[in-house]
Amino acid sequence: MSMTTPIPIGTQVITERLGETMEEMYVNMGPQHPSTHGVLRLMLKLDGEVITDCIPYIGYLHRCHEKIGENRNYVQIIPYTDRLDYLASMAMNFGYVLSVERLMNQEVPPRAEYMRVILAELQRIASHLLWLGTFGLDLGNFTIFIYCFREREMVLDLFEAVSGQRLNYAFYRIGGMAMDFPDGWIEQCREFLTWFKPRIPEYDALVTDNILFQKRIRGIGVMDGPTAVNYGLSGPMLRASGINWDLRRNDPYSVYDRFEFNVPVFDTCDVWGRFLVRRQEMIESVKIIEQALEGLPSGDIQAKVPKTIKPAAGQAYVRTESPRGELGFYLVSDGTPKPYRYKVRSPAFCNLSALTEMMRGCLVADAVAILGSVDIVLGEIDR
Amino acid sequence: MDAVSRAVESFYGLTTAWGIPWLIPALVIMTIVVSIILGYISVAAMFLIWWERKISAHIQVRFGPMRVGGWHGWAQSIADGLKLLLKEDIIPSRADKVVFVLAPVVVFAAALAGYVTIPFGPGLIVRDLNIGILYMVAISSLTVVGIVMAGWSSNNKYATLGALRSAAQAVSYEVPLVLSLLGPVILAGTMSMGRLVDAQGGTWLGFLPRWYVFPQIVGFLVYFTCALAECNRLPFDIPEAESELVAGFHVEYSGMRFAIFFLAEYANMFAVAAIATTMFLGGWQGPLTTQLPLIGVLWFLLKCYFLIFVMMWLRWTLNRLRVDQLMDFAWKVLLPIAFANLVITSLVVAL
Repeated sequence: MSMTTPIPIGTQVITERLGETMEEMYVNMGPQHPSTHGVLRLMLKLDGEVITDCIPYIGYLHRCHEKIGENRNYVQIIPYTDRLDYLASMAMNFGYVLSVERLMNQEVPPRAEYMRVILAELQRIASHLLWLGTFGLDLGNFTIFIYCFREREMVLDLFEAVSGQRLNYAFYRIGGMAMDFPDGWIEQCREFLTWFKPRIPEYDALVTDNILFQKRIRGIGVMDGPTAVNYGLSGPMLRASGINWDLRRNDPYSVYDRFEFNVPVFDTCDVWGRFLVRRQEMIESVKIIEQALEGLPSGDIQAKVPKTIKPAAGQAYVRTESPRGELGFYLVSDGTPKPYRYKVRSPAFCNLSALTEMMRGCLVADAVAILGSVDIVLGEIDR
Repeated sequence: MDAVSRAVESFYGLTTAWGIPWLIPALVIMTIVVSIILGYISVAAMFLIWWERKISAHIQVRFGPMRVGGWHGWAQSIADGLKLLLKEDIIPSRADKVVFVLAPVVVFAAALAGYVTIPFGPGLIVRDLNIGILYMVAISSLTVVGIVMAGWSSNNKYATLGALRSAAQAVSYEVPLVLSLLGPVILAGTMSMGRLVDAQGGTWLGFLPRWYVFPQIVGFLVYFTCALAECNRLPFDIPEAESELVAGFHVEYSGMRFAIFFLAEYANMFAVAAIATTMFLGGWQGPLTTQLPLIGVLWFLLKCYFLIFVMMWLRWTLNRLRVDQLMDFAWKVLLPIAFANLVITSLVVAL
């Protein structure tokens, strides 16, 4: 059965790159597969259980995000950015409003800046929790999934209290925030932090210290530092390859330069390293939120901005550290209310490009773990 | 138990007196026995499915099924079974139909046949074969034939991979499994399941039960590990790894055929737990069995369900091993340990 299988689409590319022989077999993984985290499609060329080649196909979730952006005015784009990385909508909003503000040289009140950081870091915790849970699921550990979702639910409750939404918030505004924190929210947030901190040792007991778990993810998906840089990896993927690079510290935006936090870096260069980086980042995010709550200034949350936003002709590129890596928004203005060009540099897209490199020579079971370690969100990759 | 055997004998006597050939009463009795076992397996498997869902839920800070039937969703697996019965029976158009239909039957028959030599209580054993344990191990390894049939006939790459993994796993783990079972056999000097249990009656030093788990703790651990692999439970569930192979060998099965696979899995779980109980935990032996033989059944079931609970506990705590790690573990760790255990046991018994 394996010898005569027709390959559905992209046939030419495949036959050029790979020739199917009697010993080798193609397996089509996705777009409907429990472990491809959305609608990613992988063509795996297998020799027994060993992967000899892997081609990712993307585009199943393409919805012309950038072209739509060029036909909307600057404020109308904000809800669209929510749908980019729907697991870290706050971070997407953050990056976009920063780039518009740089384009029009807009100042932001300090209280709004602190609110932005608090929400973005809560979002990082939520995103990493979801990653940890689904990663455990990929490796066959169901329990960690439910544990992580229990805590993520609390973060979503906090977001719901702030914005009325649980997933797509559209809460950041150009020059400030949509609303102030509701009454009692700060106490609720502190409560969550005190609940969350002892949970990390709980996860450690279940997965991090579990020898079977470590055995599965140590030494697979190896990507050394120089190769990682050449592929343009960013975020936890890059920091797991021993490169000390975090935009919150190396190119501070908003008020990140006022907070003390460590940038976790591991030089194991494998899936285990990526796991440790994300685990540690959750702890660091808690630190940032605590400091921000402590120093939260009072005052306005919205600067005065023109009714119709018409930035002077020019361009701006702002990069921020989203939970998945370097998120860049590039805007070109021609002086009209709509951007002339709107481009998103999405971290997961660049991180995914290294997949083939990491997968060659691995087993099918590793493929799932490596793909999980990339932490992809198809909404952001396909745009 | 004597009452049962007396009734059987009088039934035989009656039919002989009426001039009915011997074959007919034998068939009648076999049918009755098979119905009892089948009924027990179905009920036990349904209970185990519900139990597993409750255990997993409580490990994961959830409630699990709470609605169907009222008390803690006790009727959930009955409702699920009914649903599966009523579902459309789909056979993929490019599947090998005969093998596809036969595969779940083979798997279930293998699981069922093992129950013949399980001693549920004093005298409560369908047939106390003198090679009982050998028969049991041999028949339960037939399951893998059904799994390979299912995987191959589905004409699906994921199913084929699952079947291949299953075959490799069964071949590897069968060897240490049998070796670990030889320890109690050497100690008792018999392969009959009934006499193995009898040999574990009484106590050592007045308080320690004469269960073979104490002298054979290594053998027990090796057996239990292999048993997990035998019934494709985590951490050895790679033939049906959801996140890799979608569902493995039964990916193309739906409706009642899928239900039979599911039932066979839980029947197998009970069977391996029953072997462990019989060989290592003294079977139905326990307090008050001499006064009231039926209480032996209770002891037996208690021990079995405790072992099954441990299996479920492991499943919801650990993650899956990789194929190569699985093989390494079987050949490089379990096999030498099982051999060493066997040699030491034989030496001690010989001296």
